[in-house]
Amino acid sequence: MELSVTDLACQRGGALVLQNLNFVIPSGRALILRGRNGAGKTTLLRTLAGLQPPSCGHIKVPPDSIIYSSHSDGVKDMLTVAENLMFWGNVFQKPYANAARQMNLDGLLSRPAHSLSAGQKRRLGLARLCISDRPIWLLDEPTISLDAASVALFEIMLRLHLQNGGMAIIATHVDCGVDDMILDLGPFRPVKQLLPDGFDEAFL
Amino acid sequence: MIAVLTRDLKLAIRSGGGFGLGLAFFLLIAVLTPLAVGAQSDLHARMAPGILWLGALLSCLLSLDRIFALDYEDGSLELLATSPVPMEGLVAMKSLAHWIVTGLPLTLLAPVLGIILALPAEGYFWLVVSLALGTPALSLIGAFGAALTVGLKRGGLLLSLLVLPLYVPTLIFGAEAVRAGTSGQPATTALMFLAAISAGSAALLPFASAYALRINLR
Amino acid sequence: MHLSGRFLPWVAAIAAITLVAGLFWGFFLTPDDYRQGSTVKIIYLHVPTALMAINGWFMMLVASLIWLIRRHHVSALVAKAAAPVGMTMTLIALATGAIWGEPMWGTWWAWDPRLTSFLILFLFYLGYQALWHAIDDPDTAADLTSVLCIVGSVFALLSRYAVLFWNQGLHQGASLSLDSQQHVDNVFWVPLVICMCGFGLAFLALVLVRTRTEIRSRRLQALLLRERMA
Repeated sequence: MELSVTDLACQRGGALVLQNLNFVIPSGRALILRGRNGAGKTTLLRTLAGLQPPSCGHIKVPPDSIIYSSHSDGVKDMLTVAENLMFWGNVFQKPYANAARQMNLDGLLSRPAHSLSAGQKRRLGLARLCISDRPIWLLDEPTISLDAASVALFEIMLRLHLQNGGMAIIATHVDCGVDDMILDLGPFRPVKQLLPDGFDEAFL
Repeated sequence: MIAVLTRDLKLAIRSGGGFGLGLAFFLLIAVLTPLAVGAQSDLHARMAPGILWLGALLSCLLSLDRIFALDYEDGSLELLATSPVPMEGLVAMKSLAHWIVTGLPLTLLAPVLGIILALPAEGYFWLVVSLALGTPALSLIGAFGAALTVGLKRGGLLLSLLVLPLYVPTLIFGAEAVRAGTSGQPATTALMFLAAISAGSAALLPFASAYALRINLR
Repeated sequence: MHLSGRFLPWVAAIAAITLVAGLFWGFFLTPDDYRQGSTVKIIYLHVPTALMAINGWFMMLVASLIWLIRRHHVSALVAKAAAPVGMTMTLIALATGAIWGEPMWGTWWAWDPRLTSFLILFLFYLGYQALWHAIDDPDTAADLTSVLCIVGSVFALLSRYAVLFWNQGLHQGASLSLDSQQHVDNVFWVPLVICMCGFGLAFLALVLVRTRTEIRSRRLQALLLRERMA
């Protein structure tokens, strides 16, 4: 199993932000995305997740293999931690107990989610990755608002995932403990704006 | 998909706004209209089907913007879009949840409000049946409007502007069924139209709504 | 764009000529109706605009379908351009209807099925345009309004039948169908047809102008964007 991207271009807000992207991620490897703010890290992840269509190029992934984790955690304040986990467990039809243990949420299970701190919420959000049991993780700034101990927990979870043959693409500014493959998005910024099928460009 | 339904129901009950607010609004309309038009009960009796249907429609409208907006804001809509739950199923379940917390209680409350509006005795059966057949369409059409406006900052007013014209056929057939039933005329034609609108909406609108949601998430 | 640029002045000119001719003929050269008097002459405004109001929506529906299926950029803009013109036609039809209704039926407004349908059509036009204006990204706006237009068409049609069911009205039956000309005398019929053609052409000309404006504004946006990126 592998994820391969050929000649990919992504757009945001009617303008091309990335061009000529080519990479292959084999099983068990992680790709770290680097680049300054606005370089297109989130756009690339959203395109890979299938939320927006690529401007051109191809993405080859096995079906139903991707789990995407955005800036926000998708945590429902009105529900308890256990109910939040159970919801995603039901959605993916997988048990959630193991994920709760890995992210050290066992002691918080009966707490309502609105009483959690930002870091605890993030941990709850990351536990979803573990529940899904999908091989390709797309992570957007996963370690934001986590303390050192929680980052360590996350690193353990990530390494375990990779050891089991999983893959990950991580957009981050900090060290994640797995500096496996690094891709700097800076050079892929299009020098000249040329959109083959963008709305506005069609009028030029 | 059942998970989405149970979660939405739980959220609606806990946040309190789901059950209570719509019903209270319905009650207010039924109380305020007689105050506005005067105290003749024969007039109320004639207006009751229309007032009750209009009230049901407006209270339904009240909670529409919450169907997708809350999930959109906290990011769970994006996460659900990339999950194994198909978007169409998500829309259908959310519409169903909306109907359970608004349409169903409205249907059950309507006979009580029929009493204070002096609805003739023959009308109660038709009122409940027409609301039971028609309110699912209100939720489904509303979910479509909510899907169109989910990404907008101030979508509330626009949502009403988009959804209310779409509600016209449902309102006409619904109120007509009660009026015909009350005056002893056959009401089955209107009821059949009403059921057809609900069934047609349930079959087709989730696809349109899912398409609109995908565009809004882009 | 080139093609439309060449056609536009001609369409506009012919539209103006037919409109003036048709309206002049209608207003001054036809006899007064023996029952309705001179008020009948408002028909030369009322009927063609009503026709165009419906055709406008139909045009939007077709353009929306083309946009969704073929992703042809201009068609989305045609739909956008047709909406305000169609809405204005609806408004004129409603207003002339009210002015005509006052001497004929003794009331400015009656909840007659056709009047009601037109009012509902007006609401649909309003919502459609509001959605266009509310969304910033033009591509998203085009997609969403197209979906709204298609779903709206179904419900507009439903409303039409619902309204008929709701109230049998005051309007006369279809007296203008092509095969039954005996209802309306040729003296009235010929100028009416000319007026219909005139309004049709005027509609086309207005939509063309608006579409060209939209295309130019989009081109401007694209150029500005390119400038900023460079």
